[in-house]
Amino acid sequence: MTAAPDLDTDPNADTVWVEREALIDRVPRWAAMLALAVIVIGIWDLATTRMGWVSPIILPSPKETLDELIMVGTNLITGGYMLEALWTTTRTVFWAFLIATAIGFSLGVLVGETKFGERAVMPYLVAIDTMPKVAFAPLFIAWLGFDIASKVALAAFIATFPIIVSTAAGLCAASENERMLFKAMGASRWQTLFRLKLPTGLPYIFTGLKIAAVGVMAGAITGEFLGGGKGFGALIRESASMLATPRVFALILYLSLLGLALFFLVAWVQKRLVFWNKSDRPGGVG
Amino acid sequence: MTMAEPRPLTAGPAASARPVYQIERLSKTYARNLLVALTDVTLTLAQGEFVSVVGSSGCGKSTLLKIMAGLLPPTTGRVVLEGRPVTGPRADIGMMFQQATLLPWKTTVENIVLPVEIREGRAAAKAAIPRAMDLLRLVGLGEFANVYPSELSGGMAQRASICRMLISNPAVLLLDEPFSALDELTRDFMNMELQRICAEQRSTSFLVTHSLAEAVILSDRILVMRPRPGRIVEEIVIDLPRPRTLEMINTPRFGQIVAHIRDLLGKEAFR
Repeated sequence: MTAAPDLDTDPNADTVWVEREALIDRVPRWAAMLALAVIVIGIWDLATTRMGWVSPIILPSPKETLDELIMVGTNLITGGYMLEALWTTTRTVFWAFLIATAIGFSLGVLVGETKFGERAVMPYLVAIDTMPKVAFAPLFIAWLGFDIASKVALAAFIATFPIIVSTAAGLCAASENERMLFKAMGASRWQTLFRLKLPTGLPYIFTGLKIAAVGVMAGAITGEFLGGGKGFGALIRESASMLATPRVFALILYLSLLGLALFFLVAWVQKRLVFWNKSDRPGGVG
Repeated sequence: MTMAEPRPLTAGPAASARPVYQIERLSKTYARNLLVALTDVTLTLAQGEFVSVVGSSGCGKSTLLKIMAGLLPPTTGRVVLEGRPVTGPRADIGMMFQQATLLPWKTTVENIVLPVEIREGRAAAKAAIPRAMDLLRLVGLGEFANVYPSELSGGMAQRASICRMLISNPAVLLLDEPFSALDELTRDFMNMELQRICAEQRSTSFLVTHSLAEAVILSDRILVMRPRPGRIVEEIVIDLPRPRTLEMINTPRFGQIVAHIRDLLGKEAFR
């Protein structure tokens, strides 16, 4: 038995390295998020209520916003006119996402899989993609009227392009070795597409779908701003024109729940379908 | 020292066996840049024989392998396997690449029956699973049949790809630098495994490699290729007794053979 060396005085003692974790690594994520929320709301409260630096018409106080959140929430829960508006927007978003996925995927396969698509179709798609798509809104309204159809069209139009691009990119993701393997196995073009290229491209395609989920929300609300109707966008515009700023804030917050729901739905399906991707290939973001 | 003294170069153990694979006056010129990748290559593989081709990069050995596999049409000449000309990919040609290329969304055993699935459909693939399990046990992966490839090491993945190559009972195995992506220890081990498997399956094999030691330890014959234009400059019969062991690498005879090949490749190999 030997006595433990005195680390401070014994020159032969091994150096002891103490690796300390950074503070942020020791705090759980929810606590960090909560802390940030408290800080932001605190400053917000300071600026509006306590100091009065900002006019309530420009930025309502947290208290007013909370009251309005409860008001709108009550209306939604009790099935008031706001719920009807939210339902209208939800339907718009749902149909637009479905249509964008169908068209985006089909065009993506056309562009990514065929020489004709790559040479003849792709340049036009790139040209259209560079246009500010919101500018097409008056056209959609003129063609499809002030009902939900014109909003669906605008939202789908905006969301289609990221899906086209990601699908086309995904189809090119299979490696030279994998293609050679399929060729050596005598695989047909369809077999190579469905058993190799599409599964390999799924992580890319889902990245596109997530971007589309965001785009479809923006398109639907823009459509409702410009084309009126019964959706949440129209509600927001009305409130804003009446300078009911707290209500605008509350409506935006509830609207964001719809966007989050769609995004997480896509993420959930991705997790189920692309279980094998350990994000060692690009496209596994999110 | 248990090794035999240098013996005269005989025709090799498989010379009397039935010819399986005939490559006749093959040449390949790429139309794009008029590069003569291969010129007048003729060789025959006998049943159960292991033949390697060595040569520097760009000597046409990969082109030769692709033509033999039916993945690339030759400019002139022909390839005949089991009496039938090779005009495209065939089920009786087994191939193995430098990368295991297992599909990550399929389990090991599903990957192994993939060639059957592609050629004969899902029902046939399902029926091939017992045979795939036998093959997995043959390479020592019996317990890994139902895991996904992300859980396999590099050597394990290549062993799985050996099984995938063997699932269709190919008449010939074409090996394109199969272990060159592995570390050296694993590579030695895999070469011994490959020898054992080839012996058990009585396979006819054709190996393309950069490694002279690998070629010598595995082969009955080695073809030395030189570039510009790609051609076979010499055929060397390896008279080391079978089964080969890793200890043979340290014998004088092994060193002689490697030195001889290195001479043949000469400066070409490093240009």
